[in-house]
Amino acid sequence: MKSFSNTYIFVFSAIMVVIVAALLSTAAMVLHPLQEKNIEIQKKRNMLSSIRIENNAKNAEELYDKYISDSFVINAETEEQETLNAFEIEMGLQMRKTLEQRSLPVFISSLDDGTKKYIVPVFGKGLWGPIYGFVSLNDDFTTIYGANFNHDDETPGLGAEINTEWFEAQFANKKIFNKKKEFISIDLVKGGADPESLNEVDAISGGTLTSNGLEKMLYDCLGSYQTYFTNQMKNNK
Amino acid sequence: MSDRELLFSSKNLKLLTNPLNVDNPITVQVLGICSALAITVKLEPAVVMAISVMVVLAVSNVVISALRKMIPPRIRIIVQLTVIATMVILVDQILKAFAYDVSKQLSVFVGLIITNCIIMGRLEAFAMSNKPWSAFLDGIGNSAGYGLILIIVGFFRELLGSGELFGYPVFEKIGIYNIGYENNGFMILPPMALIIIGIIIWVQRSRNKELIEES
Repeated sequence: MKSFSNTYIFVFSAIMVVIVAALLSTAAMVLHPLQEKNIEIQKKRNMLSSIRIENNAKNAEELYDKYISDSFVINAETEEQETLNAFEIEMGLQMRKTLEQRSLPVFISSLDDGTKKYIVPVFGKGLWGPIYGFVSLNDDFTTIYGANFNHDDETPGLGAEINTEWFEAQFANKKIFNKKKEFISIDLVKGGADPESLNEVDAISGGTLTSNGLEKMLYDCLGSYQTYFTNQMKNNK
Repeated sequence: MSDRELLFSSKNLKLLTNPLNVDNPITVQVLGICSALAITVKLEPAVVMAISVMVVLAVSNVVISALRKMIPPRIRIIVQLTVIATMVILVDQILKAFAYDVSKQLSVFVGLIITNCIIMGRLEAFAMSNKPWSAFLDGIGNSAGYGLILIIVGFFRELLGSGELFGYPVFEKIGIYNIGYENNGFMILPPMALIIIGIIIWVQRSRNKELIEES
């Protein structure tokens, strides 16, 4: 076998590293705008799914512009924060802050039948990584109209079931406030939810930790909006 | 010109076909088992994984083979890993840019191609001592052998575990649930992938006695 001097090895490694670095940074720079665009489209798609509008990667932007009519950012005391753009707010970062410091985006959509839906983002911890999504409420601010959940690393077939249609469809018409107008969020029940119950849905068998994470996510995130929802309910009367 | 081989000589063709059967990386060499357990719950990620591994292995094999006389033996493993890692990151970035939905499904497993023993194994055992074209065929052959098993396992796990193929509810459409069948939850769990691979190994060896080791 040919022997190589130490100098050769160093030079070889140095050249290799430079080539690899150049190649990877070029790829990252060239592909970055496309990837960002994909993430943005995905966010719009998730939002559209939460108001039960069929969409695909191609028509998402068009549908988004058509149905999402307004958005704004509030804090937990419902004061509007006008300088912020609701679409750019990362719910993940907000949930790390204390309740008082959170900036909470609200998206308003007007559907074809003229009803208004209020979409809020949710973000929490699954078993292996973050889970997130959007929940839309009717204008009574109590009844869920639709929900969309996503995850990065949940187990396929188990925790990953949270973004399947059957799971998300369960949330429609559930109520996050009880009759006394107290915030109760949604419970994920193992072994089957009581069909009569207004705030129970089936948890995922084999996905207990993801289900628990999702339940906590809904409680925490929807809970942050509690004051806003309650105020709106009073205004409605 | 006599030392020049045909592009698809019988020797070269063997590089392509052997890994599909008598030299299969999963069932005969028993490599790359971990990923075969992890991503075969559904068929679609299994197919994309097979394609990704094929790209990574074919290109890395060619690169290493082309450089084989320049690579100092003392740092060859590092060089091999660098090439593999570069390829895997490129594949991951490209999937994120052009096939965002699939890349979301595969999530961490694309990155884990780096640790797939088949790739390191082929670079070290084949590409380091063969010409680029042979190395390319060897890469395609081995990743096809790997992909074949993934797809067989994925087929049975998705069909029996979820009653679907590529997300299409096959069992529901042909009415198997009506005669009392229920999805087998065990199929979704990793141990079942190992059992299916075991069954494939059993079938393969009972048909091909050469593969049975003397004990």
